[in-house]
Formats: sequence, structure tokens, C-alpha cells
Amino acid sequence: MSADGGQPMVLAEGVRKSFGRLEVLRGIDLAVMPGEVMCVLGPSGSGKSTFLRCINHLEKVDAGRLWVDGELVGYRQHGNKLYELREREVSRRRAEIGMVFQRFNLFPHMTATENVIEAPVRVRGESKSSALERAHAMLLRVGLADKADAYPNQLSGGQQQRVAIARALAMQPKLMLFDEPTSALDPELVGDVLDVMRGLARDGMTMVVVTHEIGFAREAGDSLVFMDSGVVVETGAPREVLANPRHERTKAFLSKVL
Amino acid sequence: METEPIAATAGAGRQPEPIKAVPVRHPGRWAAAVVVAFGLGGLGWSLATTSGFQWDKVAQFFTTDQIVTGLGETLLLTAIAMAIGVALGTVLAVTRLSPNPLLSSASWLYVWFFRGTPVLVQLLFWYYISAVYPTIVIGIPGGPAFFHLTSNDLITKFLAAILGLGLNEAAYMAEIVRAGILSVDPGQQEAAQALGMTRMQTMRRIVLPQAMRVIIPPTGNETISMLKTTSLVSVITVTELLYAAELIYSSPRSFGAGLQIPLLLVASIWYLVITSVLTAIQYYVERYFARGAARELPPTPLQRLRRMLFTWHAQPPLPPLEPPRSYG
Repeated sequence: MSADGGQPMVLAEGVRKSFGRLEVLRGIDLAVMPGEVMCVLGPSGSGKSTFLRCINHLEKVDAGRLWVDGELVGYRQHGNKLYELREREVSRRRAEIGMVFQRFNLFPHMTATENVIEAPVRVRGESKSSALERAHAMLLRVGLADKADAYPNQLSGGQQQRVAIARALAMQPKLMLFDEPTSALDPELVGDVLDVMRGLARDGMTMVVVTHEIGFAREAGDSLVFMDSGVVVETGAPREVLANPRHERTKAFLSKVL
Repeated sequence: METEPIAATAGAGRQPEPIKAVPVRHPGRWAAAVVVAFGLGGLGWSLATTSGFQWDKVAQFFTTDQIVTGLGETLLLTAIAMAIGVALGTVLAVTRLSPNPLLSSASWLYVWFFRGTPVLVQLLFWYYISAVYPTIVIGIPGGPAFFHLTSNDLITKFLAAILGLGLNEAAYMAEIVRAGILSVDPGQQEAAQALGMTRMQTMRRIVLPQAMRVIIPPTGNETISMLKTTSLVSVITVTELLYAAELIYSSPRSFGAGLQIPLLLVASIWYLVITSVLTAIQYYVERYFARGAARELPPTPLQRLRRMLFTWHAQPPLPPLEPPRSYG
């Protein structure tokens, strides 16, 4: 953990978001420092995933401010006025943030390699040969070099999720978002995915991980956030929060999942 | 009474015997086969022996110049009209789903109009357009003109046919493409956007290729339908296949010769031939876009034939089963 007082990678101030009349986020304040691995815990419907999706502007924030690496998400500020960003600009910023989904969302009509090189070639305009080279390295890193030419439905869920991680890493992101990356996996396949994520954490990647894997949060997390009904209930060092939750709601939740 | 489990004697290392059982007999199938064979035989006999069909005339006219030229015209019309239909239809589908309300309503209006009026009326409309707009001027209304043309020069019969068929087809294709786009898991768009792809890139690289699986079958249907709809353009005297046939049997030279039936047969056989070719093409296109959807591509007819010939007694060829997707 490198809370060295520099600029946070993610900074949220009073972030609010509603879907119709349902207020999903009710004022989130958070800071993720570069190199930090933050795990977000909470019951379903607590707004964890929505908050994650706000960070790369897949959801629009209604109120409050959200910065990634010092840049306001989705807007540009001139004086006191906010200007909505053009699609191209939003896309450029998203390209610097990797995201891994619960349901993998690999492109089924492309092989593992094609999935990994798609964005570097189409979004970054990289040459195919250099993208292929890095794709190979990324697949090697997630332990799937031998599956380079397999289509997603020829892979197990765990393998698909690791390809999805390789696909996100190929864009050399400065921040990785994980949205319950192991929730759709058979229990015996969870370990491989978590191993890859531990490796990333060790290499100093800044990560925000929405998860139900308490073990992962305890070992690999630098900080733990417990969310409930759209607010941050408790935050602190994982071992501390898990061993001595201060808040009633945290205690109730942990007693159910531990 | 005690029942002994069958497998009790099967100790370790002993392979269970492969099952040899008398297959279920299907007397109903045999009865049906006899009925069908009888019907087909009767039909064939009647076709071959009824003099009214004049098969000699069918053979004589099958490849005459007029018929072949008409066939070429039919194929050309089908190809161009479908090309316009697919291209414009895709644009309409994408604009219909666009966040821009003006674009999406314009697209809706187009589909509403062209799907809501008979294609025959549209053909006639384009044919007679010079009556409404004798000249076509491109310029600023009330201001200078940049471009000036007489409609009769610009809109030939053939162009009227292309416009009538193509613009109408675009309305139908728009709905087909839209259905295809909507069939793709929204998670795919999110994943593409999260990687930094723009809306257009996502559409072209991620959504449309996957939508193709849903788009192709009805598009094949539309193409075959278009092949036959081209016969409507005879009303604006474009000599496609059917009109060519009509011209032959109604010409003064063959008047009274009773050539209607053989020439209609000539046209029908050609339509069937082209439809068969199109069906085969559709099969291979579908197979191409099945990449990644099935673990194993469905066999080509040739592969299926080979498998049937060489493994007939071993096992009937099974269709490849879509394996349950494992999410674990």
C-alpha cells in the first residue's frame, strides 16, 4: 500500500445516483491511492457495482464529484461550469481503466487472442504485430498461452474470466475495476482467477474489487470498504474490519458470510 | 424376491458389454413411405405424359436468348435491390437505435411509409415520377441551381425498378437488422465501451457480427422473396424473366400456339434453380457466422453425405448438439 500522500487514483465526493425513484448511491466518499487494492463488500443491492460502473462512466453520476487520476469523470470543468465530455473523450479515458465483469463478457465471435488485441488495435491504433506480441505475454501471465486460439465457449468459466483479465490488461490500464469477478464461477475455478488477481496486486496495480471473497479481501486487500443501502458504512484495514467490525450492519453481514 | 443388480458381477477392470438390442420397428413409417412414393410416382407420371405441358417446347425455350437476357435482368435486379436493402436497412436500424431522437424518428417514419404502402404502387410511383417532377434541380430553394436534369433522362425504367424494390426492401431489412442488434447481450456493448471503443466501433466490430446469426436466416428469406418480387417490374415494362416469357408467348409470331404453359414452366424452373443456389449460399454464410457459437461447426452437406455413406450401419449421423454452456 502506498498511501504516500500523493494524488489519489480514484476520489469520490458525495457521489449520488438514482435509477428512476430508487436512489442507489446516497453520497459516497472514497479515495483509492495509486497501488492500493481496495475491496468493496456489501449485501446485494447495496450499490457496490453501480459505484464501480460510475468510475468509468458506464453510469452517469447525478450529484457529487468523481475524479480518476485527477480528471473529473464524464465532465470538464471550466471555472464553475461543467461541460459534458464528447464520446471520443469519454472513450479515451475509459481506455485507461480496465474492467472485469461478473459474466466475463468476452466477445464470443473472436478467439482469445482476438479478444485481447481488439482494443489495442482498434482503440489505440497499435500495429497488429506489437499487439499480438503483448497479447501473447498477457495470456502467458494469466496462464492460458495454450488457449490462444480457442473461442470463449470452448473455455471454462475460470479460463474465460482470465482471458477477460488479459483483455483488460492489454490496454495497460492505470486502474483495474473488478465487478464480482468470481461470482459466476464454479467453486473449484475461483482459485485460478484469484491467483491472477493476487499477482496483479503484488505487481502494484491499483485495483477496486467488488467481491464476496472474504479470504481474498483479507490477504490481498490494502483496504476494505463495507457498503450498505448506497452508503459507505465502514472502511479500514481488511484484517481490522473483518476481525473487529465497529458497525452493527457490518457485524450482521459478516456473521452471515464468514 | 431379491433382485440382483446387473452390475454386481462387473468387477474392476471389466468393460461392460456394448448394448445389442433389437431396434424399435416403425411400421407407420413404411406405410407413410408407400403412400408418399405412390403420390410422387403418380405426379411424375402425369407430368411426363400430359401433352399440355409440352416438355419439348420447355426444352426448346429454356435457353433462348430472350429468356437468358430476362434471367440476367432478374438476377441483376435482385442483387442490386438487395444490396440497397441491406445497406440502407442497416443504416436505418442503427439510426433507429441512435440516442439522437431526430434520427431515430426519421428512421421510424421511413419504415412506416415504405412498409405501409404496396411495393407495386412504389414501383409505379418511381416510374411516373417525371409527371410530378419534370426536372430535378439541386440548389437552394428560390436561389441558384447547381444541378439541372430532366427526370425522364435520369429515372430510366431500370432505375425506377431498382428504386422501387430497393427502397421498399430497406424498410423490411431495417426491422430484421434491428431485431438482430437487440438480440445481442447488452453486456457485449458494455465490455466494448469499457475498453474504450466508440459507439460506431462497438456496433461494427462487436454487435453486428454477433447479430448476423439472427439476421442471416430472414435475410435469405428476403432475398428469395425478392427474386420473385422482381417479376412485378413487368408492370413498368422491364424485361425480367417472367416478362420475357410473357413477351414470347404473346408475340404475334407465336400467337395461338398455346405456348403459355411451357414458357411459364421455363420461368418457374429458372426461379427454382436460382432459389436452390441461394439456399446453398445461405447455408454456408450461416455456417461462417456460427463461429464461436457452437463448439463444432455443423457439417457441410458434402461432409454429411460422406458420413452417411461410410457410417450408415455404425450409427445414424447425429446433429451436433449445442453443449450446455459452462459458466463455472
